[in-house]
Amino acid sequence: MEKTFNLIINGIGGQGVITLLSLVGEAAFVEGYDVRSSELHGLSQRGGSVETHIRFGRKVYSPLIPNGKADLILSLEMLEGLRETVKSGKHTKFLINEYVSPFLGSLTKEEIKKQLNILKNELHIIPASEVCKDKLQNEVVSSIYLLGYAVSKNLTPLKKESVIKAIKNIVPEKYRELNINAFNLGYGNN
Amino acid sequence: MQKEILLGNEAIIKGALSAGINFVSGYPGCPSAEIGDEFAKIAKQNGVYVEWSTNEKTAVEAAIGASFSGLKSLVNMKSFGINVCSDALLPLAYTGTKAPMVIVVADDPSCWSSAQTEQNSRAYAYLGHIPVLEPADPQECYDYTKLGFEISEKFNMPVILRTVTRAAHQRAIVAFDKFEIKEKKIGEFIKNPHQFSTMPPRILEQKKELLEKIKKIALYADKSKANKIVGEKSKIGIIASGVSFLYSMEAVEELNVKVSVLKLGFFYPLPEKLISNFIKDKNKLLIVEELDPYVEKEILRIAKSVNPKLQIFGKDVLSEIGELGAEDVCVALAKMMGKKFKKSMVRQLALPKRTARLCEGCPYWYVFPTIKRIAPEAIIGGDIGCNMIGGLAPHNLHDWLFCMGASIGISHGVKKSTNQKVISLMGDGTFFHSGIAGLINTVYNKSNPLMIVLDNRITAMTGHQPNPGMGKTSMGEDTEELKIEEIAKACGVKHIKVLDPINIQELEKTIKEFLDKDEVSLIVCKRICALLAKRQGIKV
Repeated sequence: MEKTFNLIINGIGGQGVITLLSLVGEAAFVEGYDVRSSELHGLSQRGGSVETHIRFGRKVYSPLIPNGKADLILSLEMLEGLRETVKSGKHTKFLINEYVSPFLGSLTKEEIKKQLNILKNELHIIPASEVCKDKLQNEVVSSIYLLGYAVSKNLTPLKKESVIKAIKNIVPEKYRELNINAFNLGYGNN
Repeated sequence: MQKEILLGNEAIIKGALSAGINFVSGYPGCPSAEIGDEFAKIAKQNGVYVEWSTNEKTAVEAAIGASFSGLKSLVNMKSFGINVCSDALLPLAYTGTKAPMVIVVADDPSCWSSAQTEQNSRAYAYLGHIPVLEPADPQECYDYTKLGFEISEKFNMPVILRTVTRAAHQRAIVAFDKFEIKEKKIGEFIKNPHQFSTMPPRILEQKKELLEKIKKIALYADKSKANKIVGEKSKIGIIASGVSFLYSMEAVEELNVKVSVLKLGFFYPLPEKLISNFIKDKNKLLIVEELDPYVEKEILRIAKSVNPKLQIFGKDVLSEIGELGAEDVCVALAKMMGKKFKKSMVRQLALPKRTARLCEGCPYWYVFPTIKRIAPEAIIGGDIGCNMIGGLAPHNLHDWLFCMGASIGISHGVKKSTNQKVISLMGDGTFFHSGIAGLINTVYNKSNPLMIVLDNRITAMTGHQPNPGMGKTSMGEDTEELKIEEIAKACGVKHIKVLDPINIQELEKTIKEFLDKDEVSLIVCKRICALLAKRQGIKV
C-alpha cells in the first residue's frame, strides 16, 4: 500500500474512542505499516466531543490528517458523525453508529439522518450499540463491532487476522473474548 | 531492541527508566499527567520513588533535594507549572545539578485543554539559561529523555524536555532498549555549600560558570544527532523544531518540491555552526515554528553575518496563534516558492455544540444553581479544575478565571476595593496547590469574601490523582489525611461550615448567613466525585 490510509475516529467521552484507536494502530503495526495517531484528552470525560486521527502507510509524517483527506470517518455517535462531515473530502466514506447521546438543544436522530443523507459520500449507518446491547449485553464494545463491519466491507485496508492479533496483544485477558466476539459479530460471522 | 506503539508520555517513562531514573515528582496536568500516573503504577517494582507533589514548586524542590543527594530525577508538569516552579528552577541552573535532572514541561498550542494563556514555555530557556529539547514524536520523546539525562549528567545542568499536545498525545512506533530493574537507591547528601548555595557575591561567579557551560553545550549541540539535515540538496531551505518538522516533511511531500530541511532537536542552546553551514548557501528560508518567532529571531541574527542576502520567511506567512498543521506549511511554502497551492475548503455547518459539562451526579450540580439563586448579585471568582465548567453555559457563574488559587487571591483585592459581595470557588486539589496563601491573605489583611471549596475527595479534572486531602500517596501508601476545614481554622478563619451539598436547604442557609459576615468565611462542600464513586462502587 503506497498511499497513506487516513482514518478519523470520533465520538463522545466514555465511548471507547481511544481504545478503538489503539486497536487500529496495533493492527496496522502488526501488518508492518508505519503508524501515527493523534488524540485529545482533557475535557472529553465531561461529555465533550473526542476526535482522534490515525494514519498508516509506508511512511507517515504528520499525525494529523489534512482537511478533506480522510479515507474513512468512523463515528461512534451520530451528531459527532455529522459534525465531522466538514472535514471530509469527495472520496471520504462514513461509518456511523446509529446512536445519539442527546443534550439540551441537540438534533433528533431523524434530523441528523436527513442532513447526512444530503451528502454524496458513501454512507454506512449501523445500529452497533443496539446490536451489542442485545447480543452481547455490552454497549461499550460497539466500537469494536464497527471495526469488524469496516474490515468485512473493506472500508479499511486491514486484515481480519491483524485485528484479532491486535486484540490479543493489547486487550486485558478478562475482556479479550468479549472484544473478539464483538469484532466477529460486526464482521458478520454470527 | 523492542518495538511497540507508545504514547509520547509512555515513551518518556521508558526513556527515564532506561536512563536509570530514581526519583519522580510533579503535578498533574494535560498533556503530561500520564507520566506521573503510569510511573506511580510501576514505581515499586522498578525501585523508583514517585510522588504527586503539592504543586510544581514543591515538586522541583523535592527533585533538587534528590539530585543533591545523588539520585537521578524527573519532574513532570503542564506548561503553567513551570511558572509556579520557576522560582526554584532558575537558581538550580546557577548551582547546577549533582545527579542529573530532566524536567518535562508540556505546552498546549491551541489551548485544547488549557485556560490561562497559550504559553510558549520555551522562553524559559532564555530567562534561565537552561537547555531545552523539543521532541517531535514518541520516538524522540524516548530518545530525548535519554539525551536529556546525558546532557544533564555531563554538564551538571537541569534539562527541560518541552513537549506539546501533538507529541505527548501522539502514538507511534518506538524502538527502545530493555532496561534492568533496579533496587531502590539510597542516596547520600555530601555537603557542598560552595556549589549549592546562591548567596551573593558567589552567585555572580556561578552565573559566569553557567554561561560558560551553555557555550560548551552549544558545541555539544553542533555534534548531536538530534539536529539533522534531511531532504534533497537545494537553495531552498526549511528550519523546523519539534512537531513542526513533521508538518514540514508532509508539506514538502505534498507539494513535491526540492527542499532541504534542518531539523532542530535543541531549542536552546542552538547548534550555531550547523545552522550557519546550512543557511550560508540558501536563497530562501522558511522557519516553521509554532507560536512566537523565537527561532526565527535567532536565525535572523545568524544570517546577518553569514548570509545577509538570504530571504527569510516566518511569521509573515505562518500564524503566531494556535497550533500549525501540514496544510498551513503547504500554504507558507508555496507562497515562499511562488507556487500555486489551493487550500481545502472547510465547509461550514451550524450544529449545536457539545460543550464540556458537569458529569451526571457531580456535586457541583447542587452548588452552582444554589449560588445563582441565593446570591445573584455576588461577584464570583472561578478557578482551575472541574470548577471551570461553572464558567460555561448553563451556569455562566464566573466573573474571572486566571490561574490556580487566583479565585481567592483576586477575591481579596475586589473585597478591599468595593462594598460588594464576593464568592470564591475552588476545588480541593487547587486549595492544597495554591489556595492556602490566598486564604491567609484574607485573614491577615482583613477582607471578607465567602470561600466555597468543593471537596470531591480527588484531583478530578486532570484524571483523578490523589491530593493531600485524601490520605493516600500516589504510590498507594496510607498517609496523613489533611482536612481543609482544620487548615482554615489554623489560618484564623472564624466562620467555617462543612456540609454535603446535596442538603440544599442547609447550603442555602449557610451561604446567606456567611455572606453577611465581616470576616472571611468558608463552606466546605464535601461530596465524592460521581465518577470516583462509580469506580469505587460506592453508592451516594
